[in-house]
Amino acid sequence: MGKKMQISLTVNGEVHYILAEPRELLIHTLRERLGLTGPHIGCETSHCGACTVDMNGRSVKACTVFVAQADGAEITTIEGLGSPDGLHVLQRTFREHHGLQCGYCTPGMITRAHRLLIENPNPTEEEVRFGMAGNLCRCTGYQNIVKAILAAASEMNAKEAAE
Amino acid sequence: MIPSAFEYHRPGDLASALGILSAYGDEARVIAGGHSLIPMMKLRMASVGHLVDLQSVAELRGITVAEREVTIGAMVTQAELISHDGLAKAVPILREAALQIADPQVRYVGTVGGNVANGDPGNDMPGLMQCLDARFTLVGPGGPREVPARAFYHGLYATERAEDEILTRIAIPVHAGGHAYEKQKRKIGDYATAAAAVLLTKSGGKVASASVAMTNLSDVPVWSEAAAAALVGRDCGAEAVADAVAAMLADIDPQADNRGPIAFKKHVAGVILGRAIARAWSRA
Ligand SMILES: Cc1cc2nc3c(=O)[nH]c(=O)nc-3n(C[C@H](O)[C@H](O)[C@H](O)COP(=O)(O)OP(=O)(O)OC[C@H]3O[C@@H](n4cnc5c(N)ncnc54)[C@H](O)[C@@H]3O)c2cc1C
Ligand code: FES
Ligand code: FES
Repeated sequence: MGKKMQISLTVNGEVHYILAEPRELLIHTLRERLGLTGPHIGCETSHCGACTVDMNGRSVKACTVFVAQADGAEITTIEGLGSPDGLHVLQRTFREHHGLQCGYCTPGMITRAHRLLIENPNPTEEEVRFGMAGNLCRCTGYQNIVKAILAAASEMNAKEAAE
Repeated sequence: MIPSAFEYHRPGDLASALGILSAYGDEARVIAGGHSLIPMMKLRMASVGHLVDLQSVAELRGITVAEREVTIGAMVTQAELISHDGLAKAVPILREAALQIADPQVRYVGTVGGNVANGDPGNDMPGLMQCLDARFTLVGPGGPREVPARAFYHGLYATERAEDEILTRIAIPVHAGGHAYEKQKRKIGDYATAAAAVLLTKSGGKVASASVAMTNLSDVPVWSEAAAAALVGRDCGAEAVADAVAAMLADIDPQADNRGPIAFKKHVAGVILGRAIARAWSRA
């Protein structure tokens, strides 16, 4: 076994201090130590995006980050975006537009879409497709995922205009 | 998918990073974005005793744009490169190529330095840097030295960089004329089946100068002087393009793999180079 190190992570606004081997993958830290099972492991080979979390303002595949690299980072998972009683706009539009079937890809999709809409609040359909290219879905055919993201964008923009 | 154990270091400046590399010799390895290295470590195709994370080394960051030359710090990410308007104006082929690398998540963390230092023929930036005649600054215990991209790649994962050196900056001359980066891939996010980088200048309706480089068609990037020479003094019509493609095909050495047999790769290389020449010419 390798030497353990002291690591601090701010996850969904809460600071955690953990003792871990540096080689531990961030996705395992989140799921197994912190009990945040929203981010999924689809491929574990950096391809599918099911493990996507937001780290220091960037969408990253948590299966391809060592926990040591994340020491000091601010991380947001799907659990930090909404809750069953207070769904995030994206969670609601995914439900309304049938943007999921089995749901396995959905936490990664929504976490990625959240960052995409912060960077580009008014994307075209093509920009959504290009910006979501790191997330694979085996069920939906993507059509309704794109619809859900575009619907969330227009809702968020309308709300902002009204304020 | 768990790599073997290593000790982790996060030096705060270049001198400390170099010190750790010297202290641990071939047991130490730097990590930038980790999106080539971590998959290799997970497959246990790379084993590292001391991992030296460059994320806090400020000297490796930043982009400078001057009239005749741009420089890019090794730790600049593909996403940062894409969003830098001054850089895209000065050397537009950089953004055009970077947008065809991997997917958004990988581009947020994958660095330009890691892409060129990796030595994997699948990486898109090495051929591009050869086409642009970029120069890499390597800093080791003896101080810095500069190596042209065209002399950096020796073989599969074998480069001019010594184990105790860190690639710090990339300098790229600003080129006039037209450019194009064309890439054929099986799906978005994939490495190239074949890719071509082309720069052209035009004078009196003819090609005045050209530079051509191909990606993932040999164990190193292929800067094809013969393909460029076939275009110079000509009008970029069908005959000139056919000659350039023939010259390029003599320079590449593709291998059969899950992207296809050799004959298919040669065919795709020809199509992609033809497209890149046409687009660069239309912009020249
Ligand atoms: C799903 C997926 C798809 C991809 N598709 C593409 C693609 O289409 N095209 C493409 O070009 N790439 C692709 N990549 C690779 C990606 O772009 C990598 O990020 C890149 O190859 C390496 O950059 P990095 O910063 O992640 O380097 P790392 O993985 O950290 O390092 C790579 C190697 O370079 C060395 N190194 C890194 N920085 C330095 C330095 N400053 N000095 C000395 N040595 C250094 C490391 O020791 C290591 O050996 C893909 C990756 C994934 C996971
Ligand atoms: S589980 Fe991380 S990309 Fe698939
Ligand atoms: S809903 Fe099943 S994988 Fe996307």
